[in-house]
Amino acid sequence: MIARVYITLKEGVLDPQGKTVQKSLHSIGFQDVSDVRVGKYIEVTLPDSLNKAEADKKLKQMCEKLLANTIIENYSFNIVAKT
Amino acid sequence: MKWGVIVFPGSNCDHDCYHVLKHVLHQDTHFLWHKDTDLNSFDAVILPGGFSYGDYLRTGAMAKFSPMMQSVVAFAKKGGLVLGICNGFQILLESGLLPGAMLRNSSLKFICESVNLRVENSKNPFTQYYQKSEELSMPIAHREGNYFIDQEGLKKLKDNNQIIFRYVKNPNGSEDNIAGISNEKGNVLGLMPHPERASESLLGSQDGRRLFESAIHALESNR
Repeated sequence: MIARVYITLKEGVLDPQGKTVQKSLHSIGFQDVSDVRVGKYIEVTLPDSLNKAEADKKLKQMCEKLLANTIIENYSFNIVAKT
Repeated sequence: MKWGVIVFPGSNCDHDCYHVLKHVLHQDTHFLWHKDTDLNSFDAVILPGGFSYGDYLRTGAMAKFSPMMQSVVAFAKKGGLVLGICNGFQILLESGLLPGAMLRNSSLKFICESVNLRVENSKNPFTQYYQKSEELSMPIAHREGNYFIDQEGLKKLKDNNQIIFRYVKNPNGSEDNIAGISNEKGNVLGLMPHPERASESLLGSQDGRRLFESAIHALESNR
């Protein structure tokens, strides 16, 4: 199974990278873009033998301990079958 | 006094720190590999600048799991002096030895220049040879030096006098112009500027040297 992990900056944490991307989008004609936030996308491959509850628990630990810095970042993930 | 300079894969200011302590200040100084764990005979340790583990994921995020960092956390809890410079500061934040986190500079640029700092607390073991409000010149060289802490955390830092250095002119977007903070006890200091690059007149400034001399003095008076 593959877990798709999304790391995003918390609301209220300034994202200079997102602001710069937003300005660039404006400059190429997408004036209606009102905000851009840049985050990270991580794919984690786990054994298919794990059940959903076990996988959820492991992923939560991975996010809390390493993948995200919960002072500035939120995380979410979903699990899909390996294709 | 016995000093350890921790070397992570990707550290690049380790030799500068070693040079200042060993050759300028004549301390018993040793390199410590990140896989080592023994800090028993050491009085103080430095986490130097650089790009530990390639700064992968987030600056300092990988280094906090190295065997040596587990020993550094225990060493700090026992009251040992710990100094984190630049990437070392980022590692201290990721390890939870200091509060807050680093964001990318507001300009998004890597900034390498000399900046002026103000000493906000001259009662810390690392700052007792400075005057409060004294201005110092030291170089910075980083892309992730934009210090972030929530308002509650900031209030705690202020109430406990944990803000040790502020930028005179904010170069990176850092909250409340913060350039360096300590833990509550004061024995762990993290700062983005490089005192080890400002410890000899040949290098343009000696303002960083008193930081190390203060720590040596603090250790000697504790003996």
